[in-house]
Parts: sequence; C-alpha cells; structure tokens
Amino acid sequence: MLQFEHVALLAGRIALVTGAARGIGFATAKLFAQHGASVVLVDRHAERLNSAYQNLRDMVPSERLMAQLCDVSEENSVRDAFQAIFGKFKRLDVLVANAGVLDNALIGMVSSSQIKCIFETNTFGVIYCAQYASRLMARNRSGSIINISSILGTNGGAGQTVYSASKSAVIGITKSLAKELSSNNIRVNAIAPGFIKTDMTMSMNSEKFNERMVSIKMGRIGHADEVANVALFLASDLSSYVTGQTIGVDGGMLI
Amino acid sequence: MRNHQMLVEIFSESLGIEQEKVTDDLKYNSIPEWDSVGHMVLVAGLESKFNIMLDTNDIVDMSSVGIAKEILAKYGVSFEAESDAAV
Repeated sequence: MLQFEHVALLAGRIALVTGAARGIGFATAKLFAQHGASVVLVDRHAERLNSAYQNLRDMVPSERLMAQLCDVSEENSVRDAFQAIFGKFKRLDVLVANAGVLDNALIGMVSSSQIKCIFETNTFGVIYCAQYASRLMARNRSGSIINISSILGTNGGAGQTVYSASKSAVIGITKSLAKELSSNNIRVNAIAPGFIKTDMTMSMNSEKFNERMVSIKMGRIGHADEVANVALFLASDLSSYVTGQTIGVDGGMLI
Repeated sequence: MRNHQMLVEIFSESLGIEQEKVTDDLKYNSIPEWDSVGHMVLVAGLESKFNIMLDTNDIVDMSSVGIAKEILAKYGVSFEAESDAAV
C-alpha cells in the first residue's frame, strides 16, 4: 500500500463530495480530508450523513468540515446546497460527483419511473452540480470536477441498459465540460470504477457476484480506497494537465 | 460606490463595451459582445462583485440590464433611481 499521508496534496482546498455518506464517496471524502482539504459531505440520507460527519469529525476540525443534506436529483435541493456552501466557504476547488443509484432490470421489464429515477440521480444530478460548481470555480479561474461513471458506462452490461446509459452520459458530460471549461482552467475528468466492494455490490446474489469475479483479471474485488486514490490524483495538481479523460479503476475487468 | 454604478462597470468590463451603452433596455444577444460566452463572464462578475450566488433559472432569465436589476434585487442588491445616481 502506498504511504504518502505526509504529503498534503489538497492543503487549503475546498472539496465537495456527493453521495459522501458511504462507499466510494466516503472513502474519497476521508482521503481528501487527510490531505488537508476542507470537505463538504453531501448526501440525501440524513442519518447516514450525520454518521459520516461524526466519523470524520474525529480527524478533521469543524471549520474544515460541513455536512449538507441534498438530493442531487432535485435542482432546488442542489441550488440550496451550493448556496449554503458558498455561505460557509465562499469558494469551491474540487467537486466529486459520486452520488448514484443502481437498479438492474431487463429491457422489457424496466418501468418508465425506474428510468426517470436513475437518470435524475446519475445524470441530471451530475449536470446540476456541475452548473453550480463551475460558476464557483470560475471566480478563481481554477478547479477540478471529477465525475464518477462506471465500467458499465464504458462497456455496457446485460440487464443494465438504463444504468449503463446514465453512466455513459456522464462520460459525454465530462468530455463536453472539459472543452467548455478549459478556458477557465477548470479540469473535468471521470472515473469508471469496475467491481468495487460497496453496500451496492454486496447486495448482489452469489451467482451474479461470482460471475463478476471471474471477469476480473486481477482476480479480486476492488476497494473504495483504490477509487479514492485516483480521485485524489485528479483533484490535485499532480494531474494539472489532465482533462476530458475517463480513467478505469477495474483491475483489468472485462465485460 | 453605488450599486447602479457598480452594475454598469460590471457590464462594461465583462462584455468589453463602453459604459454609456449599459442602459436598462440593453438586451441579451442585441450586441455581439453579449452572447452566451459573454453572459457567463457577466454572471461571474455579478456574483463576485455583489457576493451572491444566482439561481440557474435567474441566469437564464437575465435577458436585459433592467431585468438583471430586478433579479439582483431578489438577492438583496438594491438599486437607487438612476436620477439619484446622477446626483
């Protein structure tokens, strides 16, 4: 395991992570805080959000930590969240748009309400957050937006058409925003995680789980920390000339 | 500085136009300088100078200088009458 905690790669930066109460979001928020960032935890589940906040509160002073209840699928909720963040920090340097929902269904079995729900969170939510984040970042002509896509967004998956489509859209958003915002020195990249150990993947049935494991060349499931490490790279100046990219974190997974 | 004069300067600097051109009836897309790119520069200037954060719908609705004043008033930025500003 790499040991680089002694280098504060995000000292003085303000970072916002959506879906921060658990999984990849929480691992990312924690790593960013360890690297000196002030962190805004955004989630729609009040209890989980409070629990995540308390977990980080032991290692981060309160002036560097904020918990903001927000449902990214609701534009007004996103607006209110960013206005609250603006009120506390007055700036934003890093956005990690991680909040997402997974709902698998064969194409003939997927309801319009499922389609709507998945796109509202996974795709519209990314756009709403980018709208407000990019304006805050533009004031300082600097920033990094990191959108969490999925290997299903790059490769697709049987029984996962709608989820895959919502995550493919995230890659399109990333490429377009990278072009649009580059003149303001705002970099926009995506991460496409493979099979990562989270509550979401642990809820799969054993047959499906084993099927996924066989497809991973490195022969093991990934961990949220390993995705967070790539998010740290993209958030920091280590990636100062990287924009419009989608980086797979999948252990050589083939689907 | 009064808010009206500040607004005029923000429009002038953001769009690269003379201050005399900044009147209430100046409309979005009525001059080449106030296109969508100029609009976002203008928004950044307004937010930064007045220390506010605008709703996305308000940004889209900001179709003239006069309407910009009405929208900014919702965020607590008040404008004196132009005759007062000239005194």
